[in-house]
Amino acid sequence: MTTEQTHPSPLPDTAPAMADAPRARLRARGLTLAYDERTIVDGLDADIVEGTVTCVIGPNGCGKSTMLRALGRLMRPRAGVVELDGRDIHRVPTREVAQVLGVLPQQPTAPDGLTVADLVARGRHPSQKWYRQWSGDDHRAVSTALERTGLLELADTPLQELSGGQRQRAWISMVLAQGTDLLLLDEPTTFLDLVHQVDVLDLVRDLHRQGGRTIVMVLHDLNLAARYADTIITMRDGRVVASGTPAEVLTPALLREAFDLEAVVTEDPVSGGPLVVPVGRAGR
Amino acid sequence: MVVVALTGLNLSVGDVFVAPGQVWANVVGTSYDEYFTIWRVRMPRVVVGLLAGAALAAAGAITQAIMRNPLASPDLLGVTHGASAGVVAVMAFGGSYGIVSGPLAQIGVPALALIGGLAAGALCYGLAWRGGVDGFRLLLVGVGVSTVLMNVTLWMLTLGEVNDSGRAMVWIAGSLSMRTWTHALPVAVALAVLLPLALAGARTLDALSFDDDVTRGLGVRVEAARTGMLALAVLLAAFGTSAAGPILFVSLAAPQIALRLGRAARPPVLLSALVGAALVAGADLVARNLFGTVQLPVGIVTGCLGALYLVYLLVRGNRKVQA
Repeated sequence: MTTEQTHPSPLPDTAPAMADAPRARLRARGLTLAYDERTIVDGLDADIVEGTVTCVIGPNGCGKSTMLRALGRLMRPRAGVVELDGRDIHRVPTREVAQVLGVLPQQPTAPDGLTVADLVARGRHPSQKWYRQWSGDDHRAVSTALERTGLLELADTPLQELSGGQRQRAWISMVLAQGTDLLLLDEPTTFLDLVHQVDVLDLVRDLHRQGGRTIVMVLHDLNLAARYADTIITMRDGRVVASGTPAEVLTPALLREAFDLEAVVTEDPVSGGPLVVPVGRAGR
Repeated sequence: MVVVALTGLNLSVGDVFVAPGQVWANVVGTSYDEYFTIWRVRMPRVVVGLLAGAALAAAGAITQAIMRNPLASPDLLGVTHGASAGVVAVMAFGGSYGIVSGPLAQIGVPALALIGGLAAGALCYGLAWRGGVDGFRLLLVGVGVSTVLMNVTLWMLTLGEVNDSGRAMVWIAGSLSMRTWTHALPVAVALAVLLPLALAGARTLDALSFDDDVTRGLGVRVEAARTGMLALAVLLAAFGTSAAGPILFVSLAAPQIALRLGRAARPPVLLSALVGAALVAGADLVARNLFGTVQLPVGIVTGCLGALYLVYLLVRGNRKVQA
């Protein structure tokens, strides 16, 4: 299989002059990303539209996390550019980026003994100055974030004593306290059971609906991506295979192309959206 | 409190006992009876000890925070061994040129320690550099460089004159004997400049205790911040070592003790500095008086005292978790 095929749903990058075209908060053009000599992402284009939830899916090693790191300015592209609100993200000062854009890496680590409240408080770093380190605003932002994630009662608990789901919510609280309207989350549901996955994703959806935040998530579960995303970007071998609404992207043909997966797509009885049922060997 | 009390005791107890009241009178200048003992002999020694302890401990606190590793200390960044190598080189080979025993000794030895320490620290950093410095890589390089320097030091000790080598050995163990105000001044200045910088960077240290991606996401320029903090730590450690020799274990134990006393998530710099000062002052008290007229090098005692106290804290911590 090659990645040179025509894209069934081309990227909406052709109409910059349209009257009320949706604004792209993040825009990747010709993005090539590499670790040392190994090229992970090759000439990728993507747009993250304001006020939407975008899920990035794709097989293991397809470069979705790497792309997210580049979108979050955690790594420098080998070629191409990431634009944040129309400016090259690497020309924007680090602190300024952190005031607009919050990133949560896949498996963040914190020092032992750090309490939930301390963790969330560190999210205030970008808006503090060395001469004015803690203010009322900071205090309010931290308690609001803890309230949103339902962790107020656990504020003084050390992080390592939390369950997996609670810990993930604590990290999300930290990014929330940062006060950005753009959130990049790398597999926020890893290692969580289904109940807690839904719990975390519901939280993310609330943040989107109530705060109008723009959210980009890397997700593994196709059906959860279908449920929670406005836009799905499917990747394979460092390139975008398809990008569009869940119904446009989650088709048997595209699933075969991206994942080599034989699947039946039916209607999700809860949401009415697409539901992917893998065939595997059992159905043959 | 502890620091003040230990300082007072240090001034009072020794070969010549001076009553605490007398000490106070001499310190504030209402009496000059023991002027020589207090101001010329003990005071410089105590002050050097306090300052060196504080500098080493602060350096340790910074290093442990940015390496996210409680075992990381300036001892492992080449600083201590670099300083030793510098001093021993001159003590063993240059003794008769007046740098060590002559009038230049008081400036020469600390200056060489400083140069040796800084050079070794810079060497480690340079060797570990690969488009950025990874903490773990730096530690490994540091251990390697330290080992080489330690062996070079030992080799030089065997080559030197017996008397010179003996003096060098005492220095290597970390000693406060024969310290004068000339030793105190450089550390005092270094602390006055560097400690406020480290405290102003407290937020950066907080942010650096996460993994790099989280730290970057918080708007910190990771490489620049880490390099700056590391430079602070190396400078503090080099000045501390140059004043009092490589007083063992202070930079490792003091931050960990402060961490447990302060119940923080990373070693607090200021508290670590105070603990370090107290540790050295306490150790010096023991070192000077425990065996009558035989005075131990203070480094030997900090090793024992600090280790015991740290073990005590760890054991107590474990009990709490079990309870």
